[in-house]
Amino acid sequence: MSAPMISLQGLSRTTVFDQSPARAKSGGCASSSCGSSAKPHEMDSAVWEKIKDHPCFSEEAHHYFARMHVAVAPACNIQCNYCNRKFDCANESRPGVVSERLTPDQALRKVIGVANEVPQLSVLGIAGPGDACYDWKNTKATFQRVAKEIADIKLCISTNGLALPDRVAELAEMNVDHVTITINMVDPRIGAKIYPWIFYDNRRYTGVEAATILHERQMSGLEMLTARGILTKINSVMIPGVNDEHLIEVNKWVKERGAFLHNVMPLISDPAHGTHYGLSGQRGPKAMELKALQDRLEGGAKLMRHCRQCRADAVGLLGEDRGQEFTLDRLPDKVTYDASKRETYRAVVARERGDRLAAKSEALGMVKTAGSGKSLLVAVATKGGGRINEHFGHAKEFQVYEASPKGISFVGHRKVEQYCLGGRAEDKRLDGVISTLEGVDIVLCARIGNCPEDRLKEGGIRATEAYGYDYIETAIGALYAAEFGSEPLAATA
Amino acid sequence: MAFKIIASQCTQCGACEFECPSGAIKFKGEIYVIDPKKCTECEGTFETQQCASVCPVSKTCVPA
Repeated sequence: MSAPMISLQGLSRTTVFDQSPARAKSGGCASSSCGSSAKPHEMDSAVWEKIKDHPCFSEEAHHYFARMHVAVAPACNIQCNYCNRKFDCANESRPGVVSERLTPDQALRKVIGVANEVPQLSVLGIAGPGDACYDWKNTKATFQRVAKEIADIKLCISTNGLALPDRVAELAEMNVDHVTITINMVDPRIGAKIYPWIFYDNRRYTGVEAATILHERQMSGLEMLTARGILTKINSVMIPGVNDEHLIEVNKWVKERGAFLHNVMPLISDPAHGTHYGLSGQRGPKAMELKALQDRLEGGAKLMRHCRQCRADAVGLLGEDRGQEFTLDRLPDKVTYDASKRETYRAVVARERGDRLAAKSEALGMVKTAGSGKSLLVAVATKGGGRINEHFGHAKEFQVYEASPKGISFVGHRKVEQYCLGGRAEDKRLDGVISTLEGVDIVLCARIGNCPEDRLKEGGIRATEAYGYDYIETAIGALYAAEFGSEPLAATA
Repeated sequence: MAFKIIASQCTQCGACEFECPSGAIKFKGEIYVIDPKKCTECEGTFETQQCASVCPVSKTCVPA
């Protein structure tokens, strides 16, 4: 693995592994042990096979693989105080929001259209905009049509859990091996503050009674999925003052019932969205509050920290949304699936991953040898591939990593408004970026201008392009050693 | 003896269509419409009108 990967230029509009070959460094993998696997050591092989291409279930995979949601399931059987499906805006990113609803046939056309253009595509999810298990006829018809055309695409659903126990058998039959359940409480008294009503067994229930039914159905659905070996992710919306402390209890409950991942997401609350919480002034958590809760949950059910809370019609890598490129009016009337791009891409990823894994373990060694008890919060501008390959001014989000004696781990992302727009730097936006990066010590990017670099410095944040196009972990390892190592290297930041 | 849907408030989620025990609700063009000839207000079948009970927008499935 001495040579860096082949370029995928021309394979897709947005090439994932954006690297300038002259500068890109190999991870230093010299042995033949670098195979296609980048499996973390502690993970069971069968589980790794299931998640290695799923960007939501594997943080590692989210640097390489893309998901798409098709909005075929608009009907819902519960009302949540954070949801309002009436409102739609193309620029708005939050669950439950879509621009156009699709029939199963239209969805098939869209999936093929995307698969032909986006080689990173590995997962088809149905996440509403209502509930995939309640609006079952549409969900099932879509999966059946797509599975017939693209056999290797992973099928995945997201549900509130109320109708889930009725669908587990069919989900297993259709090889849906990833299910996400949104569970915000295990105490119906708290549930009553989140769900004004549910529709179950041909009537509407409200209050604690409604939350009790929902809770029981969620737990039984989760247990049934675990019994069948279907991997589950639990999404919890963190609502300050309502269920924030309670999510520790939720984490325990879902861990006991075999949940694979727990994803704690911040409440999105804005009066303009017209949700109950938005209108009543219920605030969402700050980035550092969310991180503090996630840190307290470490050691329980494994946490997902790379969620982007995407729309029910999102397309692309998690940090990007190309949904607007694939609206029905932009798709050809007749589409035929062409597997070649996806196959080529997979072969390249297999090699790249092994290389990155080696780089990662080397970086880990550097952090451990440094022998410091300190931790470092690093924000990275990346376009994917696990490399520092985005310009500071072009970043729409920063991936945040923490380096500490425990290792180097992805701890979250911070969404920002792009600072450079069409070559023009927006001063006001820079202030926003700086405040969003609160708590971060160092920003790593492919390029940064002197002016923003100085402004960041005034805000107490250092920024450097010294590690441009390196693997993220390689850079952080070197940085950590330079900062805290007993024999300081030449500091670059 | 029938319900109607206030089209301007409807989100077109279609939940009412598959809950309706009488097959009275259809998606026509851009909107869901209740056929007053078929609608029974769920009398004799359910305690409450299914369309109004499942509708996510208040006062959108109402007596005609």
